[in-house]
Amino acid sequence: MLKGGRSLERGVSLRSGARVEDALERLGHEVLPLEADGEMVKRLAAEQPDVAFVAMHGPGGEDGTAQELLEILGIPFTGPGVAACGRCMDKVQAKHEFRGGVPTPDWFAFNETAFRELGAADALGGLEERLGFPLVVKPSRGGSALGIKFAENWFDVPEALVSAFSYDDRVLLERFVDGRELAVSVLGDEPLPVVEAIPQSGDLYDFEARYEIGRTSFVCPAELSADQTAAVTEAALGAYRALGCAGFSRVDLILADDGPQVLEVNAIPGLTDTSLLPQAAEAAGMTFEQLVEKILDLALAPAGA
Amino acid sequence: MRSSAMRDLMAITARPEVISLAGGLPDTSTFPPQTFAAQMTRIAQESAAEALQYGPTEGFRETVDCIVEVMGAEGMLPDPDDVIVTTGGQQAIDLLCKTLIDPGDAVICEAPTYPGAIPVFCSYQAETIQIECDAEGMRIGELEETLERLDVEGRRPKFIYSVPTFQNPAGVTMSLERRRRLVEIARSRELLIVEDNPYGLLRFGGEALPPLYQLDGGDFVLYIGTFSKILSPGIRLGWAVAPPPVMEKVVLGKQASDLCTSTLTQYFVREYFAEGRWREYIADLGDIYRSRRDAMIEALNRYFPPQASWSEPEGGLFIWATLPPYIDTSDLLARALREDVAFVPGQAAYVDRRGRNSMRLNFSAGDEDEIREGIRRIGKAIEAQVELYGALTNSASPDPAAAKESDVDSPELPRPGVTEPERDGGDVLPFRKAEGA
Repeated sequence: MLKGGRSLERGVSLRSGARVEDALERLGHEVLPLEADGEMVKRLAAEQPDVAFVAMHGPGGEDGTAQELLEILGIPFTGPGVAACGRCMDKVQAKHEFRGGVPTPDWFAFNETAFRELGAADALGGLEERLGFPLVVKPSRGGSALGIKFAENWFDVPEALVSAFSYDDRVLLERFVDGRELAVSVLGDEPLPVVEAIPQSGDLYDFEARYEIGRTSFVCPAELSADQTAAVTEAALGAYRALGCAGFSRVDLILADDGPQVLEVNAIPGLTDTSLLPQAAEAAGMTFEQLVEKILDLALAPAGA
Repeated sequence: MRSSAMRDLMAITARPEVISLAGGLPDTSTFPPQTFAAQMTRIAQESAAEALQYGPTEGFRETVDCIVEVMGAEGMLPDPDDVIVTTGGQQAIDLLCKTLIDPGDAVICEAPTYPGAIPVFCSYQAETIQIECDAEGMRIGELEETLERLDVEGRRPKFIYSVPTFQNPAGVTMSLERRRRLVEIARSRELLIVEDNPYGLLRFGGEALPPLYQLDGGDFVLYIGTFSKILSPGIRLGWAVAPPPVMEKVVLGKQASDLCTSTLTQYFVREYFAEGRWREYIADLGDIYRSRRDAMIEALNRYFPPQASWSEPEGGLFIWATLPPYIDTSDLLARALREDVAFVPGQAAYVDRRGRNSMRLNFSAGDEDEIREGIRRIGKAIEAQVELYGALTNSASPDPAAAKESDVDSPELPRPGVTEPERDGGDVLPFRKAEGA
């Protein structure tokens, strides 16, 4: 059981890890909890577990780093592989993969170096024409609401960029798409029922509220027509496959008037009491233990199966 | 903290390699272990059975005597019957809120206010109204306007919560004139004040000012004290002082919460005070903290950019620093954590969106070298933000000069993170006295 790590999502990871650990024990497995720290590789090599359950979120655990080590050690692990993790974690890279198939909001990406050394500020002039306002500024790598800012007009852009560059040296500027917020968890190659997040706060731009218990309510399965469900599920599966995900992942989308737009794919979504993947699994009639067992089975299935 | 994103951010400040200027920790390493051992041994030998037993809900009379002595050192003379021993000052805040607040009631406090008080007000569903502070503490003019406005709406705040001395987080102390005005307002309007005074005795510069409780004589001022900063936060001993009608309810509330405060630690305080050296220990702490504060201010002058400003407290544990309005200190914390240094983002001290470009810095927990290094690293993170903003704004906007200059220099701009224009005399926090700015 790998959990913790140094990322900003360490807290969520510890909660996910603890819950999965309980479930694994109830299922009769022998569980070795491991903090992702300097001793991790040594312990893994010494203990040689049958499979590693990766419950780490954010850079270090969800971006392929830990997965690479597990591959070297020859230990099967849960969730997507090295390359897929890397593509999911980096929103800009994911955007590139979405080109020519997966619907996603228009975007630009910038490196910090581009602004500091190459005068990229002059290129921001194209923003209004190409993306329009309002737009959303996000750090390319980062899993929570941290650093995500909303720019209603020109004057908000520099401040939003300064915020986003606090988390990563690459940022994504994305056209804001108004619509219903949906999440589709994929288990193996099967989509689970769609979850809808309904923010309670009237503030459309309050990203923090969306991650707050009690400030957002979740409905699963989301109330969608058959056509809508089909379109949303197709877009989600398209994104999952475009990034090469396996095992499980969660795709976040907006359902706008003209159809779904994929925002991002979380390679290793949260598995806490309030996380969306367990909710979706429950709506599909699975207990948390069954979900955990299924994830393990997928990790141990022969490659390509 | 209200935001779970913020909570996640703060969770990783606990990594051992991080220099944390975020906590509010007194330096307990200054307490002599031999003294501690001798006192605990004496308790074990002479009063083991009693020290291991339940105690009265109000606390032992001997503990209250120590409390009366501590309050006496600041010129207060409470009636021992008005005192209840609580599990830290935090429980005193909780019990007073539990006793006084009904859902929807208004509570007034400072802006910024003690970050630990906000969740208490929220959990009793109070509407928290924050009054701007400047170098002389809460702006009384703004308070009066707010009371007038509430009057018009037919409402009265349940109480005014204030940390008048070396305020957490702003580090400012309310002037004598404002203290008098505040107490006068409470009297004339028959309003309660809750004075939270954890740091009053930790003064290492300037002249002591009378607590609100002393000025008022305890009629309209309820008082909260604690041993946390003058002895130890680990013993979880604080107290509240309130007149009988309030106290009766507080006692009932405490009974429901935890029956009584730790007997063992009350015995410890009794032993410690019996030795009669508690004032010397506080004086020693003051010497240590003074030189740490000086080291922090020196480092701030050296490593923070000229657009930054900060309070220069004459006591307590905290400095409050404010950065240019385009820097959000929650985001800055993420960058700072990459440099293994942490602070408290200003938004933790507000219920609204104010404070986003401010931060609380603690100077009591680490030594001078850690403080200097911590401030150097934060300064480096700020410099990176300032440079980047400069690079972004030189040519980014269609009308860069008009938009960007005003961002930095004009606090009149009504935008998040910028304090309101002053109305009450004195500068908006923070105030760099040394430069008269």
